[in-house]
Amino acid sequence: MLTYLVRRIATIAPTLVFVSMLIFGLQQLLPGDPAMILAGEERDPSVIAHLRETLHLDKPLPLRYLYWVRGVLHGDLGESLRTQQPVLQLILEKLPVTLELGAFAIVIALVIGIPAGVVSAVKRGTAWDYGANIVALWGLSTPNFWLGIMLILLFSVTLGWLPASGYVSPFEDWRANIASMIMPAFVLGNAIAAVLMRHTRSAMLQVLSSDYVRTARAKGVPERSVVLKHALRNGLIPIITLGALELGTLLSGAVLTEQVFTIPGFGKLIVDAVFNRDYAVVQGVVMFTATAYIVLNLVADIAYAVVNPRIRYQ
Amino acid sequence: MSAQTADTVAIEGTDLPAEIATAARPHTLRRLLRRPSAAVGLAIIVAFIGVALFAPWISPYDPVATDFAAVRKAPSAAHWLGTDEIGRDVLSRVIFGARASLLAGVVSVLISLAIGVPTGLIAGYAGGIADMLISRMTDALLACPFLILAIALAAFLGPSLENAMIAIGISATPAFIRLARGTTLAVKAEEYILAARAIGNPPWRIALRHVLPNIVPPLLVQATLAIAAAVIAEASLSFLGLGQQPPEPSWGSMLNTAKNYIDNAPWMALWPGLSIFLLVLSFNLVGDGLRDALDPRHA
Repeated sequence: MLTYLVRRIATIAPTLVFVSMLIFGLQQLLPGDPAMILAGEERDPSVIAHLRETLHLDKPLPLRYLYWVRGVLHGDLGESLRTQQPVLQLILEKLPVTLELGAFAIVIALVIGIPAGVVSAVKRGTAWDYGANIVALWGLSTPNFWLGIMLILLFSVTLGWLPASGYVSPFEDWRANIASMIMPAFVLGNAIAAVLMRHTRSAMLQVLSSDYVRTARAKGVPERSVVLKHALRNGLIPIITLGALELGTLLSGAVLTEQVFTIPGFGKLIVDAVFNRDYAVVQGVVMFTATAYIVLNLVADIAYAVVNPRIRYQ
Repeated sequence: MSAQTADTVAIEGTDLPAEIATAARPHTLRRLLRRPSAAVGLAIIVAFIGVALFAPWISPYDPVATDFAAVRKAPSAAHWLGTDEIGRDVLSRVIFGARASLLAGVVSVLISLAIGVPTGLIAGYAGGIADMLISRMTDALLACPFLILAIALAAFLGPSLENAMIAIGISATPAFIRLARGTTLAVKAEEYILAARAIGNPPWRIALRHVLPNIVPPLLVQATLAIAAAVIAEASLSFLGLGQQPPEPSWGSMLNTAKNYIDNAPWMALWPGLSIFLLVLSFNLVGDGLRDALDPRHA
C-alpha cells in the first residue's frame, strides 16, 4: 500500500507543474502590455508601475514564471485589483457557500441517481429502464441555467413557494437557508444524478451477471437481499472515483447556478472577476480549482485502493 | 491521474469504451437509423441545420430589428413566439441563434480534433518521453474543470463567438488526446501493424495509413457527444456574456436577458432554452446510437 501511495503521489507532481505553466501562460494571451491591460480602464500610472514591479514584467518569461510559482507555493495567488485583497483570502471567503451548495447537490444527485440506476439495471428492458434512461438523457441535455430560470418561473413567480434568488447563511436562519438552497441544489444535482444513474446502471448490470450473485440466487437468498446486499455494495465501489471526477461538473455547474440564483459563492467570484478584468482572481480561482481537483482525485484513488486491493497490486 | 483509465474518456458524463470497434464497420448508418431514438435525433439535427442555413428566408423578421411599439408582447399571430425587451421577434432570434450554436458546436470540436488526434496519435504510437510529456500535459488540462477553463480562456482572449469557440475547443481537447492515445495503443498491438512494420513501412506511414483510419470510429462517437457538450458550453459562455455579443442573436445571450424579465415575459426564456435542450438531446441520442452501432457487442 505504501509503494502504491508513493507512486501515486509522485505522479501528481508533474501534473501540478504543467497546471501552473498553463495557468501562468493564460496571462500571455492578453494582447499588448499586460500591465496596461491589468490596470483596467483608469490606467493609473502608479498602478501600472506597481504591476510592473509585482509581476516582474521587466524580467524574462521563465524567471517571471519562477517568481509566480514561488508565490503560489507560499499561498500567494496574487492580489485582487478591484478590492486589493489577497486572492486566496477572497477564495476562502466564498468557498463555504459553494461547498454548502455542492453538498446539497451531491445529496440530491445520490438520492435520484443511485436508486434510478439500480432500478434501471434490475428491471432491464422494462418501462422502468426506459423511464430511468429518459430521465438521465434529460439531465445530460438540459442546460442548468435554463432549468434554474424555469424553476424560478414555477416555484417563485407562479407559486411563490421559494425565493427567486439570494443567499441566507445557515447561522442566521437555517430555514431561510434551506429555502434558498433547494432550487440551486436541484439544478446542480440534476446533471450529476444523470451521470450517476448511468454509471450505477452499468456497474449493477456487470455485478448482477457475476458468479457470486448467481450463487447467492441459487442458494435461495431473497432477490431484495441479492440486489441490495450482494450486488449494490460491490457495484458502488467505482462510484467513489466517479464522485471525485464529478467535482469538475460540480464546480462548472456552480458558476452558472450561482449566477442564475445570485448566490455569492466561488462561481460568482470568477464571473465577477472576469467582468471586472480582475485577471489575478481568474488565475487564482483556476489554480485553486485544479489543485483541489488533483488532490481530491488522489484521495479518491487511495480510497479506491483501500476498498479494492487488486488496484494497489497492479 | 485517476482510476479512470486511458482507455475510457468521459465527456459530460458519458463514458466511451475503447472496445468500440476500431475498424470501420459497414452499414453503420443503416444500423444507426434502425435505432428509433438515434433516427429521431438525426432528423432533429438535420432540421436545425436546415433552419440555420435558410434562416434569412424563413425568419419572419430581421433578428436585430427593434420595435418599441411591440416591447415584451406575448405570443400572437404577428409574433408567434412573442417579442423581447426591445421589441425584437423571438422566433427570428431563435432561428438565427441556431447558427451560433451549431457553428460553435462544430467548429470547437474540429479544433479539438485538429489538436487532439495528432497529439494522441504521437503519444500512443511513439511512446517513451513523448507519451509521458503529452500524458502529463493532458492530465494538467483535465484537472481544470471544462467550463472554468473555457471561461478563463475566453476572459483572457476577450469576449466574442470566435474566441468562445477557441476556448471551448482547447478545453475539450484533452478528452480527444486520451481517446486517440488509448485507441492507438490498442491498434498498435494488432497483427496487421506488425505486418506493416515487418515489410519495412516507416513509422509515419504506419501511423497515418494504418493506425489513423482504424481509430476513427470511436473518435466519431466522441465528436458527436462533444458537439452536444460544446453547444451547452457556447450557450453557457454567451449566457455569462463571454460568447456571442449583442445585438447578434445567440440562445445563451437570449437567456441571459430573459432571466431579468421572467415574471412578465416568460416566453423570452422558454424558446431559446427549449432549442438548446432539443439540439443537445439530439446530439446525445445520435452519439449513443453511434456508439451502439459501432460496438460489436451490440451488432
